[in-house]
This record gives sequence, structure tokens and C-alpha cells, in this order.
Amino acid sequence: MSDRNPEYDFKWCPGCGDFGVRRALEWAMEAYSEKTEMPMSNSVIVAGIGCSGNLVHLTEGEQPFGVHGIHGRTLPVAFGVKQARPEINTIVVAGDGDFLSIGAEHIGPAAQRNIDVTCVIMDNGVYGLTKGQASPTTIFGTMTSSTPFGKLEAAMKPFEQYLAHGVSFIGSHYSSRPRDLAKLIGEAMDHKGFSIVHVQSPCTTYNDTFDLLKGNKKLGIAPQVYAVPEDHDPTDKRAAEDMARAPGVPLGVIYKEERPTLEDLQEDVRKRARSRTPAEMVDTYTI
Amino acid sequence: MGMMEEPLGKTDLVVRFAGEAGVVTSAESLAATAAQAGYHVQTYATFPSQILGGPVHTQVHISTTPTLSDGDDVDVLVAFSEDGFNNHKDDLVPEGVIIYNSGEFDPPGDSQSFGLPFDEIAKEVGNARASNMVVLGAIAPLANFPLEALKAYVTKRFTRGRPGDEQIVEANSKALDRGAEAARKSGFSLTELEPAVRPDYEQIMISGNAAIAVGAVQGGLDFYAGYPISPATTILVWMEQNLVGEDRFAYQVSSEIEAIGAIIGAGYNGRKAMTATAGPGIALMSEGLGFAWMAEIPVIVVDVQRGGPATGLPTKTEQSDLFACMYPAHGDVRMPVIAPGSVEECFYAGALAIKWAERYQGPVILMSEMQQAERSQNIPKPDLSKVIATSREVYTGDNGYQRYEADELGPMPLPGGPGAYVANASEHDGMGDSTHLPIRHIRGMERRFGKLKLLNDGPYEIENPTAAIAVMPWGGSKGTVREAYLQLRDEGVDIGWIYTMTLHPLPEAVNDEIGRKELVIVPELNYQGQWSRLLRADGFRATSITQYTGLPFKVRDLVKEIKQSIEAHKGGKVLV
Repeated sequence: MSDRNPEYDFKWCPGCGDFGVRRALEWAMEAYSEKTEMPMSNSVIVAGIGCSGNLVHLTEGEQPFGVHGIHGRTLPVAFGVKQARPEINTIVVAGDGDFLSIGAEHIGPAAQRNIDVTCVIMDNGVYGLTKGQASPTTIFGTMTSSTPFGKLEAAMKPFEQYLAHGVSFIGSHYSSRPRDLAKLIGEAMDHKGFSIVHVQSPCTTYNDTFDLLKGNKKLGIAPQVYAVPEDHDPTDKRAAEDMARAPGVPLGVIYKEERPTLEDLQEDVRKRARSRTPAEMVDTYTI
Repeated sequence: MGMMEEPLGKTDLVVRFAGEAGVVTSAESLAATAAQAGYHVQTYATFPSQILGGPVHTQVHISTTPTLSDGDDVDVLVAFSEDGFNNHKDDLVPEGVIIYNSGEFDPPGDSQSFGLPFDEIAKEVGNARASNMVVLGAIAPLANFPLEALKAYVTKRFTRGRPGDEQIVEANSKALDRGAEAARKSGFSLTELEPAVRPDYEQIMISGNAAIAVGAVQGGLDFYAGYPISPATTILVWMEQNLVGEDRFAYQVSSEIEAIGAIIGAGYNGRKAMTATAGPGIALMSEGLGFAWMAEIPVIVVDVQRGGPATGLPTKTEQSDLFACMYPAHGDVRMPVIAPGSVEECFYAGALAIKWAERYQGPVILMSEMQQAERSQNIPKPDLSKVIATSREVYTGDNGYQRYEADELGPMPLPGGPGAYVANASEHDGMGDSTHLPIRHIRGMERRFGKLKLLNDGPYEIENPTAAIAVMPWGGSKGTVREAYLQLRDEGVDIGWIYTMTLHPLPEAVNDEIGRKELVIVPELNYQGQWSRLLRADGFRATSITQYTGLPFKVRDLVKEIKQSIEAHKGGKVLV
């Protein structure tokens, strides 16, 4: 909506990883729209608070619907959107602060219910919008404005968390290859169940990890990113756990599991329910 | 009209069951029987916060006219345990009777009580579970309550088309007879209860919480998310059992924070969505309520109040969440608040909350309270034809719609259709994109407060408008205050009556009426006098009569305190 709206004055910093993620999500939604023959307006983006959440105002082209709510509560809102009308393609965009710190309590229930919602998480290892405080994924010992003596907490390992909660689709990528990322997000949308695509999306101002991710021969830095090997079986939970623990940033699907979604189970419950009219409900109290 | 004969007997009977086990069943059975026999009935229950046992008491107020209060004094106390006897014997009227379980204990000599071995008699008639009926049988002759009505109830209740039904009915009938026989032999009796005058309208017997639930569904509710919390849990359970069905959804979520988020998501996506909670949950929903207000999403939050603050008194009654409900969120907000004052009003409040949320496109708070939530009462069967389900007007125009631009509300776009926008909790422009421009904040604030005027048409009651002083109860204290008011008027006290369940915004006529008063007296169950403080903040002359015991008011106390309040006012003092 940005090109039509001179009033909206938020800008990501030059080089921010979120530009690539936004482009990838736009492509993925367009492809989804074409494939399902549904208009773009059939998608709802539920955005978190932080730099990443502003993505919902910055999408270009045909517009999806959006919700830009309060910090940490994307999943409760997305749950409501999806259960209200399961035909709506429901997408969460949030950062590591919003999703993994204040909002972490909601990952478990969403995963255990296996709601058919796709999350695109932009992990930059820092609170950017509040100007550079430590986040759950900030590495142990890192000095930030809120950790002047170095961060005293170990970095959270998101993939291990996702696996422990029972997230049924876990993808990993980074922001520098939007075409590939778009495909991965598309796969996550096609997946019936709760899917998370966790994207390394560096903050060029407070935590520029591009060299670490891509590697830099001149500086002698080996790349952290690596393609998920062809022989990795994403349906093998043990293999997924090994990958989650291993160093580096895999690019591709770490884990995938088919099981009924909450919406499937609800469909069945509705058939078994009494479905009484209000008049019939009142009659049950007749003296 | 012929000459009305002055009734010779009692018009009211209050029976209290105190002890640990069995008191709820006994009270429910007596209430149902009395209602079937044509009496008006209202029950009251109080529990400890534990799963089983502990001191419980339930009370049944039976009357020949519609019941308003729980009943100040006890005519018959049934003591299942020694604690029950000791804790409640002082509430007995001078001519009252105590029936105690002599199989359990024997109190020291007491001229008002007689013993009955409830459980032994039940065993003797061949059904150990019939001890409740021994008790009810004993009550009947004391108060001239019809034993046949109890027998009819037993027959109806235990004839379930199962083998053995007949034996159960027979044993329970025998238990009734044995209880009655023992009571007759005891020599005790009460003034006779006047025969019931069966109302000429259809009735239902329902609790406040169930009435809110049914009313909301009739109003168009089709989405519910909630988290268990006393005393709102029964609404969640009701929804899981009754709402779920074709195109309707109910779910137990992981917290109150998730509940408010879920109904915001559902409200945004076309549903009439509700949650119910108690004070601690309101605290957790605070930020979400601000979000719904800011992004203009219709949602309904029911607060069934209990004693506070913090975990407070989870199973006791209080009216202490008014500040928290009217101003739950940071920043400038003031929620629409509907606080029904009776079980019957709970039904209409449920439907009205849905209508309001859709009409002004925002959050609506419905406040009830423990004593009203758990109370069972027979009420006129609601006329569903008068409660028309609200359906949402959905935007059907072109894309590029500025949902938040105009001063007047327009239809809401629906995902999947035209008019894509962002529902934004940040200050926003017409399409919902964030903005910091002063003019946007000014227009946003004025729009959000301005649309409250769409809601100032709530129902209200005004009586004796010429009086300079009026009493104005709110919420579940209405019935008790009403009894006190009627008594004061009978005594010749010149006092007015003002009541509405729509506390914010007030109906215009109520606003005007309060403005004309020298003083408005508000009896309310909290420490600070929350409603009178809010009225004073709005420029009205108001004072409170407060009580913070975890228990409802008594009519007798109110009569006395309202008089004191009037005297103090005449003497130039203001009791705050």
C-alpha cells in the first residue's frame, strides 16, 4: 500500500533483510492465488510488532487483507481468523522478538492443534525498532545496548523448540535468495497444518550477519548457509533433530509431518454436534 | 374486582441447606418442585474454592410473587453437618425451624431444632441416595408445602425409561413420606405458605450464565473462545456443548490473552465473537481490548465478577470490576458496558451486546457477577420474536475503500471480498496504514469516541421522578435494592428509582434524570463506591452504600442505610 500512500512514512534501513522476505512473500502469495484461483484478497497477513511487522503495509501490487495488532499476539489472532473461516489463507509475519520472546507461549498450542496457518519469521537476532537490544536468538556474550557486559543468556535454538512443540512443517532460509525463499513459503502454504518458515533476515544497522551467512572469502569467513542435502528425509524426526542441533543455517525443509489439522477435526465435530436453534435451546429450560 | 382477602399465611419461604455433601441437589430439587408447583423461585449458592467438600450452603427463596432477592432470613435451616448448624443457626428467624442430620451429630439442647437421621432413613427405604428426599419430605408439612408436588417431581425426575426406574421412584416417594411423618411428629410448624398462583405465562428455569449464553446465540453469536475461570467457566462449558455446530465455533484456548486475540481475529473475519472471563482475565485482556477499540473490531467480553483484587475471592460475589471494565486499556478508551440486573435481563443483555458490537464496530463489555451467574430462577420464557439476530453489513464496493476515513461508520470489508485494508492497532489512516500525523490522531480519537452516541438507546426504568433523591442500583444488586425501595415507598419515604443495565453510554433519558436529582444513592458491592465515583466524575451528584463481604446485600440493611444516606444529605453531609 506504500506506493499509494505518501502518509505512511516507515522505512526499513538500506540493505535490510526484510526487503527480500517481503518480495518472496509477495511472489509466494501471487503463486498461491494463481494456483488456487482465489483472489489475493483471500489471504490475510497477521503481522507482529517490530520492523518485520511493517511488512503488512509495504506489500506491492494486488493487496491482501491485513491485521497489525499488538506485540507478541500474532498467533492468537491468526487462530481466530482461521477458525472463523478456514477457507482464508492465513499468514503470520513476525520477528524473533515478537514470536520467540513475548509471543513464545502461543507456539505450543498452535502446533499441538496443527492449525493450517503459515508463519514467516524474520530472525535478525536483535530488537531493531527499539534500537538494538538483545533478543532470544542473540548469541551468548554479545554486547548490545541492554547487555553492556555481554548477553548472559544462551541463544534460543528455534528449530529445536519448533520440533519439541510438534510444528508439522519447519523450513529454514535466508533473505538473500527471494526466489528460493518464495518457493519454500509456497511449500509451507501448501502444507496442511501449522508451518513455520524461519528466515535469517539480517539487521544492517545493529546485527549485520550477511558476511557470516553468505561467507566472505576475502575475510576468510566460511558461509553458514548450506542447502539441505538431497538425502535428508524431512519426515524423519530424528534426522530433523540432528539438523536442528548442527551448526549452520540449512536452506530448505527441515521437517514435515502429515497429520489432521484442527479444521479437519472441527469439521467432524460439527457433524456430530447437536446444532440446536436458539428456540430449541430455550426449550431445554422449560419448567 | 372483588374484595381482596388479606393473605393469612406467609408469602415467602426461605430454606437454607448447609453442610458439605448433598446441599446442591437438595436445593435444586426443592427449587424445581416449587417452580413446577407455580411458585416463584430464586436460588443462591456459595462454595469454597476446592473440588470436593468444604463448607457449602445453598438457599432457596420461594415466593407467591416474583422473587427479587435471595431472602434476608432463613425460615428453615437444614444442617447436614455440625459446622453447617453452627455457622448458620443465627440467621434463623425467631419462629424458624432447624432440621439437623442426627446420624452425623447432636447439637446441644436447642428449642428450635429437631433431628432426623437422613442417611439411615434413606437406607431403610432401600435407596442410600434418597437422603435428599427425606429432607425435602420433612420441609413440606412444616411450611404446608405440597408433598404431592414433591412426589410428582420425583416421578418425573426418575422416570427415565431405564430398568429399575420404578424401584427408585418408589424408594424416593417413601423417603418423602418418612421425612414428612417425622416432621409431623416433631411438633414443629411454621406459618402456612400461601398456595401458589401459577403464572399465566410460559416459564423457564435458568441460571444467569446460561441466560447470557442463550441470549447471545439468539443475538447472532457464532464464535466463542474462552479459558476456564470461576465463575465464568459455565459459559465456556455451555458453548462447547451447545454452540458448536453448523457454521458455529467454540473452543477452549490456552489463556485469556489468547481468547481476546482469537475473538479479535474472528470478529475481523466476519464472526460475531465472544469470550467470558472474570476479573483476572479482564486484566490479561486489557491490551487486546485496546486493540479491538483502536482497530474497530466488534467483539464481546463477558466479565462474571468475583471478589478481588488478584486471585481475591474466586467463589464469592462482588461488583468491583467496574473501573477495570469501563477503562480496561491504556490510552484514552471508554468501553460500552452492559450490566444486567436479573437472570431475565441476562438473556436480553447477551443479545444486546452482540447488537451493540456490530452497530458501533468495537468491543462491548457485558458485566455479571457470581451470585447472578450461579443463581437459578424461573423467569418468563423469552419472546424470541422480539430479539432479532444481528447480521453484519459487509462492504461490497470497489477496492481502495477507506474504512477508517469517514466520521460516519461504513460497512466492514470481509477477507476474500473487496476493500482490503489493515486492521491496525497503531494510529492509522483511512486504509489502516500507520501514521503519526496529528490530524490523523485527532480524527481517529474523535471518530472512536463519537460513535458511542450510536448506543445511547438502552432500556431503562424511572419511577417517582418528582423525588429529589433517587436510588440507582447497578448490576446484580438490582433485585435486593428493588425490594428495599418498595419497602421504603410503603413506609412513605419520597425516593425515586433510576435503573438501566446500559451503564455506558447511559440512555439519554437516564442521563437527564440523574442530572435533575439532588442526590443519587448507589448501593454497590465494592469498597470505593465505583459507580458513584464515575457518576461524580461525569458531573452528577452521587453517593454510594458499599459492602465488601463477598456476599450479596440484605434488604434490611439497605432500608436502614438508604434512610441514613437521605438523612445525612438533608443534614448537609455527604456520605462517600
